[in-house]
Amino acid sequence: MKKFLMATAMSAVAASGAMAASHAGEVKLGILLGFTGPIESLTPSMASGAELAMKEVSDSGAFLGGSTVMPVRADGTCVDAAAATAAAERLITSDGVKGIMGSDCSGVTGAVLANVAVPNGIVMISPSATSPALSAAEDNGLFFRTSPSDARQGAVLTQVLMDRGVKEVALTYTNNDYGKGLADSFQSAFEAAGGSVTLSTAHEDGKADYSAEVGALASAGGEALVVAGYVDQGGAGVVRASLDSGAFDTFVFPDGMIGAALEENFGSDIDGSFGTVPGTDSNGATMMLDMAAAAGFTGDSPYVGESYDAAALIMLAMQAAGSAEPADYQSKVMDVANAPGEEIFPGELEKALKILAEGGDIDYVGATAVELIGPGESAGSYREIEFKDGKMETARYR
Amino acid sequence: MEFLNALVALSNFVLIPATAYGAQLALGALGVTLIYGILRFSNFAHGDTMAFGTMVTVLVTWAFQNAGISLGVLPTALLALPFGIAATALLVLGTDKLVYQFYRKQKAAPVILVIVSIGVMFIMNGLVRFIIGPDDQRFADGERFIITAREFKTMTGLSEGLALRTTQGITIVTAVVVVALLFWFLNHSRTGKSMRAFSDNEDLALLSGINPDRVVAITWIIVAALATIAGVLYGLDKSFKPFTYFQLLLPIFASAIVGGLGNPLGAIVGGFVIAFSEVTVTYAWKKVLTYLAPEGLEPNSLVQLLSTDYKFAVSFVILIIVLLFRPTGLFRGKSV
Repeated sequence: MKKFLMATAMSAVAASGAMAASHAGEVKLGILLGFTGPIESLTPSMASGAELAMKEVSDSGAFLGGSTVMPVRADGTCVDAAAATAAAERLITSDGVKGIMGSDCSGVTGAVLANVAVPNGIVMISPSATSPALSAAEDNGLFFRTSPSDARQGAVLTQVLMDRGVKEVALTYTNNDYGKGLADSFQSAFEAAGGSVTLSTAHEDGKADYSAEVGALASAGGEALVVAGYVDQGGAGVVRASLDSGAFDTFVFPDGMIGAALEENFGSDIDGSFGTVPGTDSNGATMMLDMAAAAGFTGDSPYVGESYDAAALIMLAMQAAGSAEPADYQSKVMDVANAPGEEIFPGELEKALKILAEGGDIDYVGATAVELIGPGESAGSYREIEFKDGKMETARYR
Repeated sequence: MEFLNALVALSNFVLIPATAYGAQLALGALGVTLIYGILRFSNFAHGDTMAFGTMVTVLVTWAFQNAGISLGVLPTALLALPFGIAATALLVLGTDKLVYQFYRKQKAAPVILVIVSIGVMFIMNGLVRFIIGPDDQRFADGERFIITAREFKTMTGLSEGLALRTTQGITIVTAVVVVALLFWFLNHSRTGKSMRAFSDNEDLALLSGINPDRVVAITWIIVAALATIAGVLYGLDKSFKPFTYFQLLLPIFASAIVGGLGNPLGAIVGGFVIAFSEVTVTYAWKKVLTYLAPEGLEPNSLVQLLSTDYKFAVSFVILIIVLLFRPTGLFRGKSV
């Protein structure tokens, strides 16, 4: 009996080994984004961006001796840590992904990192988790992000306000890791620069009525209202209520509020408002736009370039390590992202794969001028936008 | 002048928004309380019934807008409202035939009906999302403001503005009309009286020859009308998003319970108690007090009793206090 069991076990191991061998030509990568939930209007374009990079690598035939890359989507919900953790578990244990492009919102990203990625030793590159808390997260070198920390956005937002001569603002944030982290970093940067925040108050997403919040903010006063929320959620409700009651007519929008919905909902009511969103004027951004247009999705939606870059970095690191195993390639992510080496723009992944295969060095620039610093996060360049005649326009890059 | 400014600031940020919100909650709570009083269970599907009625109204409104039919300065949705009510009435009557009737015949305990209504809630939830999707829909048109903050300032020369939206005006007027009609119906019409008799004592009502099926059907039709009106008014005032309607269930139930479940007058008072407590307790009084206080004594702090984070806690503390000291609610409803 013992022998029989042994034999069964052996053959099972052999069979699974054979399975792995027969699939050696295909590397699976997870795309863990909130396809439902507060940022569901942003995620389809982000996923398309990542899949564009994967398709490019697969089509090149130069990836790990002719392997292809297969994207597997999973719903991270943006807000529900339990659901995101379960989805990530599924990606790793049942789909067998070798790396995860995601997740999107800071709270779920931290949860997935701590509960799934680190225990399983899977590399995660998030395109849009911006909470400063993630810089110090225990990650065993497995976590990177192509978006900058909000500590940086707080500083940039402060510069924008100072340049425009705004010295006193009221502040409201969505009550989660992203909103709180951004609000705190902005407040400390703004006060250090000599500005004053009259009131910093949280709002809950998806609630029926925001008159209480707006009443308190209006009473505190200020030249403008900083809304660190989501454009599909409570952020829009607060802006609507402020406009209607005449409490504020100038708003400052961090990245979560920048979206096409802002133009559609408010039009010229918010003329004179401004904001910041990660972005760059490097050639990579325009190349990305053209590629997105050719592939049939909107490239100027937030975090599309970051998603493309996140997926590209995973695959380039694999190529540099000559292996799709996270333990082998995790140390290569910083190498391919930063100088020295040949600069790589979007659409040039084939060239990059060939250089790496020959043992050369690359400096991945990508769609968002990627430069990974510190614990593996983007140094961060921002696009300053402003509203004129109901349209969102780019004022400058910072 | 200073006093007027204080008054205007208070109206703009507290009185008007809370009154409009209170009217919306009151209409919702009326529906819940009628079901509780006459059919004897807490209808958790009420928020999604509101969403369904509003969805039909939104779709009809879009059709009207495309056909070029409008009400001028008033929102077109008011014209589409009867269609929404009719569709919702059909939906709830159908649900009653398919689901609730079965349990009523079996004389099922109220708690079973509550669970059944949660099932119905999920079905309606899915139905609405299936037809119109989970996104925000805006369908308000016509003149947005009766008076804007800026117009008010130039008109009166005060430094504080007062904004009154058309939808807030319509909400308050409609709520008053609907409530007046409902009370007249319940107190003076033959059918209304039979409904109240049925609510007070079912067996006695049956003995006196009241047709229970008729009472149940009319109750559902009235509830459909109330739910659709409340939903459309809310959607006009803010925006239509299925998830928010689901969330509205909480303050609506709080209103109905505070007022006394099963008591229509209590539902209205409860709606306003909840709305005003959410807005006033967390209001920062600095602006108002700065106008009122004598020179040199203006407050430096915000004079805010509680942070707005606690606004939901406030309404639930009120709920708990009421349940502790008057378990049947402020207006002596049925005990829960």
